[in-house]
Amino acid sequence: MTSLAPATSNTPELSSGEATHGSSHAEQDHGAHSDARLFGLATFLVADGMTFAGFFAAYLTFKAVNPLPEGSNYQLELLLPSLNTLLLVISSFTFHRAGRGLLRGDGPSCRRWLLITAALGLAFLGGQMVEYFHLPFGLTDNLFASTFYALTGFHGLHVTLGVICILIVWWQTRSGGRIEATSPFGLEAAELYWHFVDGIWLVLFGILYLL
Amino acid sequence: MTVASPSDLQPPAPNNQGPSGQGQSLGLQPEGWLRYLSFSLDHKVIGLQYLICAFLFYFLGGALAGVIRTELASPISDFVSRETYNEVLTLHGTVMIFLWIVPVVNGAFGNYLIPFYVGARDMAFPRLNAVAFWLIPPAGILLISSYFIKGGAAQSGWTAYPPLSITTPALGQVIWILSVLLLGGSSIFGGINFIATILKLRRPGLQLMQLPMYCWAMLGTSILVVLSTPVLAGTLILLSFDIIAHTGFFNPALGGNVVVYQHLFWFYSHPAVYIMVLPAFGLVSEILPVHARKPLFGYTTMVYSILAIVVLGLVVWAHHMFTSGTPPWMRLFFTIATSFIAVPTGIKFFNWLATLWGGKIALNSAMLFACAFIVNFVFGGITGVALAQVPFDIHVHDTYFVVGHFHYIVYGGTVFVIFSSVYHWYPKFTGRMLNEDLGRLHFLLTFVGFNLCFAPQHWLGLNGMPRRVAEYDPAFTTWNQVSSVGALLMAISTLPFLINVVVSAFNGKPAGANPWNALTPEWLTSSPPPVENWIGEAPLVTHPYGYGTPADRIDLGNATGEQIWGDSRR
Ligand code: HEM
Ligand SMILES: [Cu+2]
Repeated sequence: MTSLAPATSNTPELSSGEATHGSSHAEQDHGAHSDARLFGLATFLVADGMTFAGFFAAYLTFKAVNPLPEGSNYQLELLLPSLNTLLLVISSFTFHRAGRGLLRGDGPSCRRWLLITAALGLAFLGGQMVEYFHLPFGLTDNLFASTFYALTGFHGLHVTLGVICILIVWWQTRSGGRIEATSPFGLEAAELYWHFVDGIWLVLFGILYLL
Repeated sequence: MTVASPSDLQPPAPNNQGPSGQGQSLGLQPEGWLRYLSFSLDHKVIGLQYLICAFLFYFLGGALAGVIRTELASPISDFVSRETYNEVLTLHGTVMIFLWIVPVVNGAFGNYLIPFYVGARDMAFPRLNAVAFWLIPPAGILLISSYFIKGGAAQSGWTAYPPLSITTPALGQVIWILSVLLLGGSSIFGGINFIATILKLRRPGLQLMQLPMYCWAMLGTSILVVLSTPVLAGTLILLSFDIIAHTGFFNPALGGNVVVYQHLFWFYSHPAVYIMVLPAFGLVSEILPVHARKPLFGYTTMVYSILAIVVLGLVVWAHHMFTSGTPPWMRLFFTIATSFIAVPTGIKFFNWLATLWGGKIALNSAMLFACAFIVNFVFGGITGVALAQVPFDIHVHDTYFVVGHFHYIVYGGTVFVIFSSVYHWYPKFTGRMLNEDLGRLHFLLTFVGFNLCFAPQHWLGLNGMPRRVAEYDPAFTTWNQVSSVGALLMAISTLPFLINVVVSAFNGKPAGANPWNALTPEWLTSSPPPVENWIGEAPLVTHPYGYGTPADRIDLGNATGEQIWGDSRR
């Protein structure tokens, strides 16, 4: 996504090797390398995706071999989750707009789209809360109820984290902030993560609600 | 072979500051041994932190093994209570796997060597690296402390199979889960760092197929770590729900399914055996060529074998579940897939033999342990293939045969390589040589003790002695006592080793930069190396195994990297 010099960014967790050296030496040796941080984040998302894959595999196996016991209640409404899916998909595009704004040097547009994305994320979480409170089953009612809450809850956790990240990015894109057109790593990282969370939801929606 | 005296390749670094003060860019770093207690970002410090920390846990795990073997010296439960035995057994397995083997062969040697091998001055993400290490001590302490709480430590073995893990005292099991989650997180962070370092931080001009074999081993291992460890994490989170919130994912009484746990668990834990042994393959591939003065045989096939093991390793997990009601098609698939792993593994085995063949072998301690690794590993590999055959496995599953199998791999394989590596790289770590006589004594005691301890277990298992129980049929007494004597010898064998590493750190013969006349990049700098690994430019090592070729005849003492590697053949 970027081939910018790692230079001054000091992202707490994923600061790159180049960033910590910053000497003539390091430049001479690593100057030709592209920034490894997005690559590192992508690797992490593969790992995170495997956690979901494990959950999905468990759910599908339960579905295949564990019949729902007599009289147990496991019914899902489709309307609200479909709306929620729409919100999340749209939010991926709005985030993309924010990124384009930043690279164009149009700070205000970037920040506006970031806020819209965060709002969409919050709306999604709100929708999920509403769904939780209206479902006719609880966490321990039966196997599928438990799996439903575990899966959607784990995903909701990711959305929550994502919204927090977006707000941090929003703060850092203020004029004079850490993220600018020449150092967009923070925004790109959050965007990659957000698309990932969005993609996971599509799979989850397909498996949990449609299948 | 006319290798010129290597003397000192580089002027020894008088302090830890690189030229133009890069040392400072690593943050406020304490000097001297205090570095090892600090949040250091230097990959060499972190590597040694891993090594020392893991050795402490190793001695703890060994003491626990001592308790087990003492209990099993007699057929009745007399030394400790049955509950205590279960706790000790669980702690032993967990400590040895998650706090000893995995951190040493990945974290310790990986962090120390990989940046050298790719020609970098540190890992891709130094701060993430330090975080990964510092997750380990608290996780270990947490785990051990669970022994002292009410209800005691977890009792369900390192596999934590439900329903056992749901019905035994809850608090210890929950702490166990928490600690394994922390260790898994540490492992994932490490894996991400290794992948990024190997793929993204290579010195310009260095091709993937020119990397020392350990890099390939670590790349393969890290891929397995990143793909499989998260599945274990997710599974353990579900298990903790079952324990804390009384959900029924894995609880048959609540409509759950225990076999799903087993699938998910082994989806991690079979790859985990490769996470424990692939790096050892890599390390031994570095050590053998140096002390046999021959190029590593079959570099390309080695690389493809590692990749094949990674792929196959992900699709064989259910060979641990042949007695869990697996349907016939599944048995068939997993038997065949598992048997296939013997092919790339066999290729590596014969490549090592061919590396030794006709070499000018120096039978020093490092080489003794490395050669013994080949012997032990092939035995463990053969019993592994045997276990992959359903009819045989049904007979010996959950018996001491399995215990014998995996100790031949994990101890006879990986731990032997760890010792070999310590003898090989200690001069680089400390600048001093280890004492060879003590090293050979250590080897002799370990080799005899190890085989005495674990070979009889195959016989016991074939005859039906179940694993994980404190009491057994008195007919099994003799071989159990032999096994316990072997364990005692292994315990004694650590004494010469401990004395050696401690005394040599102060009184060992000065090693110089390159005591083995080795050609891999970590030897082309002073011992111990300066903060950013090399003074001046990083050497471009494109033929790391040019032993006995023109490269080997150049005056290593005065040559630059380019001169050494320019005209050599692999
Ligand atoms: C390469 C390093 C290896 C390691 C570290 C390793 C480790 C282990 C461990 C820890 C177990 C015990 C699992 C339990 O608690 O029940 C085990 C069992 C088993 N291993 Fe290996 N193993 C290795 C190689 C192999 C190979 C090469 C094969 C076959 C080609 C193999 C086949 C098996 C099978 C089938 C079992 C299941 C036995 C049973 O539970 O009944 N292993 N191995
Ligand atoms: Cu296995």
